[in-house]
Amino acid sequence: MSDVKTHRYDVVVIGAGGAGLRAAIEATRAGASVAVICKSMLGKAHTVMAEGGAAAALANKDPRDSWQTHFRDTMKGGKYLNDWRMAEIHARESPDRIRELEQWGAIFDRTPDGLTSQRNFGGHTYPRLAHIGDATGLELIRTLQERGVHSGMEVFMEYTVRRLFTTDGRISGCFAYNRADGSLHVFEAKTIILATGGITRCWAVCSGSWEYTGEGHALAYWVGAEMGDMEFVQFHPTGMIWPPSVKGILVTEGVRGEGGFLTNNEGERFMFNYVPEMYADEFADTEAEALAWVDEIIEGKLATKRRPPELLTRDVVAKAINSEREAGRASEHGGVYLDISWRDEEQVKKKLPGMYHQFKELAAVDITKEPMEVGPTAHYVMGGVKVDPETQESTVAGLYAAGEAATGLHGANRLGGNSLSDLLTFGKRAGDNAASGSAACDDWLVINQGEIDEVIAETLVPLSREGGENPAKVVEDLREMMQEKVGIIRSAKLLQEALEDLDALANRETTTSPGGTRIYNPGWHQALEIGAMIDISRMCAIAALAREESRGAHTREDFPTPDKGHWSKVNSIISQRPDGEMEIRHETYPPISSELRALLDSSDLSDDEQSDATEGATTTDDGGSD
Amino acid sequence: MQLRVLRQPTMEEVTEMAEDVTFRVFRGEPDEDGTPVGKMVDYTITMDEGMVVLDVIHRIQSEHAPDLSCRWNCKAGKCGSCSAEVNGKPRLMCMTRMEDILQETPDGEPVLVKPMQAFPLIKDLVSDVSWAYELDKTISPLDGPEEMDWVFAQNEADRLQEFRSCIECMLCVNTCHVMREHQLWDKFAGPRFFVKLATLEMHPLDTTDRIPQVKDEFGIGYCNITRCCTEVCPAGINITDNAIIPLKERVVTEFYDPLAIIAKKLGLR
Repeated sequence: MSDVKTHRYDVVVIGAGGAGLRAAIEATRAGASVAVICKSMLGKAHTVMAEGGAAAALANKDPRDSWQTHFRDTMKGGKYLNDWRMAEIHARESPDRIRELEQWGAIFDRTPDGLTSQRNFGGHTYPRLAHIGDATGLELIRTLQERGVHSGMEVFMEYTVRRLFTTDGRISGCFAYNRADGSLHVFEAKTIILATGGITRCWAVCSGSWEYTGEGHALAYWVGAEMGDMEFVQFHPTGMIWPPSVKGILVTEGVRGEGGFLTNNEGERFMFNYVPEMYADEFADTEAEALAWVDEIIEGKLATKRRPPELLTRDVVAKAINSEREAGRASEHGGVYLDISWRDEEQVKKKLPGMYHQFKELAAVDITKEPMEVGPTAHYVMGGVKVDPETQESTVAGLYAAGEAATGLHGANRLGGNSLSDLLTFGKRAGDNAASGSAACDDWLVINQGEIDEVIAETLVPLSREGGENPAKVVEDLREMMQEKVGIIRSAKLLQEALEDLDALANRETTTSPGGTRIYNPGWHQALEIGAMIDISRMCAIAALAREESRGAHTREDFPTPDKGHWSKVNSIISQRPDGEMEIRHETYPPISSELRALLDSSDLSDDEQSDATEGATTTDDGGSD
Repeated sequence: MQLRVLRQPTMEEVTEMAEDVTFRVFRGEPDEDGTPVGKMVDYTITMDEGMVVLDVIHRIQSEHAPDLSCRWNCKAGKCGSCSAEVNGKPRLMCMTRMEDILQETPDGEPVLVKPMQAFPLIKDLVSDVSWAYELDKTISPLDGPEEMDWVFAQNEADRLQEFRSCIECMLCVNTCHVMREHQLWDKFAGPRFFVKLATLEMHPLDTTDRIPQVKDEFGIGYCNITRCCTEVCPAGINITDNAIIPLKERVVTEFYDPLAIIAKKLGLR
C-alpha cells in the first residue's frame, strides 16, 4: 500500500484523556520521544465529562482523613476484589498528584483557609474530593493539556488505532487511520501505553461519549493481553431520564454530596430501606440524623453525625433505584426524584453550576426550585487490562495500561472520585515505566508486513461493500440488547441469550455498508468500531455468566447474594486462545500484607481469608471456566 | 424490553412528538484552494420530544446519510466539539433545543445548518480548527512554585474559574469580525486566547509577564469591543468585560501610561 506513512517513537500513548496526558507528560519528562494518538481533538476526551471531583486524602476539610482510610474505603467499596497493592499506591500517591495539578495551573475550589477544598461522596468516610464546582474533569484535562503541549509530545488528533503489533512476543507498534482525511499510518514504538478509557457505549443508556466503544480493551485482548474483571460494569445511580434525547447524561454524585436526597413517587426517602449490613454502622437511620449531618457539612464543621444513606456506594444506590421502579414506585418518567431544591438557591448555583444549566437547558427543570428525575446509567467499567501494580505493564511485554482501560484498583465497584485520582496516579506511573522500558530497548523491532497489509485491508473493506445495512443500525441493536440482557440485573438465561445475539450481530457486522469516501466519514468509522464492541460485550457476558453470585456492580437474579467462599476471593481473567476463542479462568491476587489487612474492617472478611493471608501463596482456580 | 407506560400523553403532546422537521444541511468539501464547494441538502426526519439539533443530525446519519460529517463528544455542553451555525447563529448543536429552533424558524422553512464559517472546511459540518492548537503552543505556560505550600482564597479563584470554564468550542473566534471578516489569523489571538491569557495574567501562582506579547504578537488592539464573542459564549463567560478589557488596561498601563512608565523605571512597580 503506497499511502501508508510510518512514524517512529520511543513511547506511543493511545488516548488523550487524563491518563494518557498524564502518562505522556511523565514519559517526555523522562526523556522519551512520545506520540499521543487520540480519536477526538485534544482536550475533548471523555475525562472532560467528569463532574464531582478527584479523591485524595489531603485532609484539608477533615484532619481525621489519611491514606489509610482512603485505602480502606476503596477496598470496602470494591467488595475486596481490588488489587490491594494498587489500592495502596493510589491512596498514598493521589494527594501529590492533586497538588501537582495546582502547581501546573489548576484552580480547585478553596477552603476558608485557602487550601484545596474537598467534598463528600459515596463510600468515602471523609470529605475527600478536590473539585471545581461540578466541572472537575474539564479543569483536569485543560491543566494536563496545557502542561502536555509544552512538554514536547507530538499529538495525532482524530486518529483511531486499529491494531497493536508484537514481534517475538514484545510490543513493536500499532496501526492507525486518520479520521479526518482517511490516511493510513504505522507507528513503530518500543513501548505502548493504552489510556483509552472505557466501554459504556455498548449500553443503550450510558453516560459515555461516542469514544467509549472499548477499542482499547479490544486492542489489548487481540494482541494477547489478559483482561480482568469484565463482569463489573458500574451503573451510576443518577443519570438524566427525561426527555428521551438526554437519557443517560450524568447527574453528578456531588448533588447528593451537597445534601440532595432521593425519593420515590410516594415522597419516601427510600434509601433508608437499602442500607447493607456492612455499612449499617456508618449511615444514618433516621431523616433527622441525615439532615443533621448535612447541616454540619454546610456549616463547615467536622461531621459528628452519621451520613445520609444517599451517600452509599453506587452499586447499592443504583440497585435501590431499580428496586423502587420494579415495585411500581417510579417517578413520572420511570426513575426516582433527586431533590436539592431545599438548599439555598445561590449555593446550588455555585456548587453545581453545570447541573443547574444542564437541567435548565435540556429538560426545562430549575433544580433550585424542583426535584430532578434520575435513573441508572452505564457509567464505568471496573474491568480492563490486567497490569502489574507497580509498573502498569500488561501481560504483553512493552504494553502498559492506565486509567479506565486497566483493571485492579476498583475491584467489584468503583467509588466516585477514585477515577480521576486513578488516572493521575497510574497515568504517571505508566508514563514513567514505559519510558524506562523503552530506554532499555536498543532498537525498534521490525513489524511483520503481512500483519500490516491485513489490517489495512480490513480497515478499507467496509467502503467497498454495497447494499448492506447502515452500521448505525447494528450498533443500535447491540446497545439495546446489552441494556436488556447484560444490564444491572442479570441471569444465566439472559446472559446465554446475549452470547447468541452477539454471534448474530457479528455476522451483521461483516456486511455493513456505510457508503461515502475516506474523508471524515462517520459511517465508515462506526462500521470499524463494531468489531471491538462485540468482543467487549462478549467478555462482559462471559465473565458475568461465570460469576454465580451478586457482588458490587454485578447482580445475578439467580444468585442474589454475595458468596462468602470461592467467589469472594477470585477475579476473572479473559484471554484469547491460540485458536481465536475467548477463554475465562479465575485467579486470586497475592495475599495482602498484615499491616494493610489490619486497616480493613475485620467483620467484612471471612475466616478463611485470615488463613489465606498467612499462607502466602497465590492460588489459581479453574472453577467457572465454562 | 418491557416499557412501563406511566402516563398517557395528551393529544397536543402526541401531535408534537410525531412532528416532522426538515433540515437543510451543508454537504461539501474544500477545493484545491481551500474554498468550500458543496450544496445545501434537505433531509426530513420525525422528531421525538425534547430533541436537540445534534439529535436530529444523528438521526439523519442513521436514516439517510451515514457519511454526513459532524464532530461531537459529550452531548452535554462540556467538551465544545459540536460547534456549528444553526439558522445562521453560531451555537453548540448539543445544547440547542429543537423547541427553540422551531420557534425561530419561519413556518414551512427548513432549519439551516452550516459549519463554522470563519474556519477552513474539512467536510460537511466539520471545520479545521488546527489554527487554535498552533496558537496555543505559543503561549508560555504557568510557572508554578516548586514548593507546594501555597494558599489562595476562593474570591481569587472565582474570577479565574469563570475563565477556566471555557470549553474551547471556538464559537467566539468564529464570530469575531477580526477573524471572520478580516482573517487576521496571524496577527490576532482571538477571544478564546485572550481568556486564556487573562487566566494566566491573573493567576496567583504565576509570575511571567505576557503583556508585551498580548500587545504585539497577539494584537489585542484589533479588538474594538463589539462584544459579539461574549454573546455567543455557551459557557456564559463575560469575555469582553472580564478578560479582554482588563488585558487592554494592563497594556495601556505598561506601555502608554507615562506615570506608570516612570514608576516602572524607578523600580516602584
